[in-house]
Amino acid sequence: MSRGRLATRLRHQLPLLAWLVLVWILLWGTWSWANLISGLTVALAVTALLPLPPVTGGARLRPLPLVRFVGHFLADLVVSSAQVAWETVRPDRNRRGAIVAVQLRTDSDLLLTVISETLTLVPGSLVIELDREQQTIALHLLSVRDRADVDRQKAAVLAIEDRVVRAFGSAADVAALDRQPDQPERTSS
Amino acid sequence: MTDLDSAADVVAAVCLLLGALLCLTAGLGLVRFPDVLSRMHAGTKPQVLGVLLVMLGAAIRLHGWSASWMLLLVAAFQLVTAPVSAHMVSRIAHRRRHVRRDLLLVDELGGEPAELGGDEPADAH
Repeated sequence: MSRGRLATRLRHQLPLLAWLVLVWILLWGTWSWANLISGLTVALAVTALLPLPPVTGGARLRPLPLVRFVGHFLADLVVSSAQVAWETVRPDRNRRGAIVAVQLRTDSDLLLTVISETLTLVPGSLVIELDREQQTIALHLLSVRDRADVDRQKAAVLAIEDRVVRAFGSAADVAALDRQPDQPERTSS
Repeated sequence: MTDLDSAADVVAAVCLLLGALLCLTAGLGLVRFPDVLSRMHAGTKPQVLGVLLVMLGAAIRLHGWSASWMLLLVAAFQLVTAPVSAHMVSRIAHRRRHVRRDLLLVDELGGEPAELGGDEPADAH
């Protein structure tokens, strides 16, 4: 491997390296130079022995939308936890689930990961499949009342995508939000 | 100062109890929900918030930063890993058609994922 490629690889691995050192120091619980140096050694060994593909696309953080996203996320987490908890105590016999496919507008590995994680944690949804090429995400909805409810929950999914992209996405990702999806929503009925 | 301490104790106790209660409902959900996909809902939402609350309560109760950093890490990894494992389980369940279709109002995927050639289990409808 040439020097140039090594330097590029090191730069791509830099966020991961920093994260590993941070975790190491947090695990020890105290700050010291010995911890920093041993953490750095371990992190270098881990990234050298188990290399991960670099995260492409690059993300940026926008503070205000980030606060909005985190605030919505925490509120949704509390609401959905309460809902699911209530379902376990008082199961509704008439409760129906649903499997829906939602057409997302984002085309970035990192953002799709954040969106899927968020979707599994917050509203009444659970990610089953993610079609990377079609940008379609298949979700299981825990509890729906009728078709209007299904449509409302699908709109909530898009709202979450919107908040995630505005918080973490690049300018191109945000622009993609406003474009209408060119392919029709995939339904099989 | 003692007033502040006892107020912090009350907040910590409320967080711990609420968190434990949520984890209990998560366990209850695993038993009471009818199919795999619903059970995974119980395993993610109340479970994660329950763990977050327990961590918060413990962080308030345990003075000192070194313990709090560790609790922060636990919370962060819980947030990152719980959805991934739930997704893996539900994806396999869906592909193997372990889905109670009679409980579904809408199914926009139909019986589509046939790539793996899942066999119909006894509880499929």
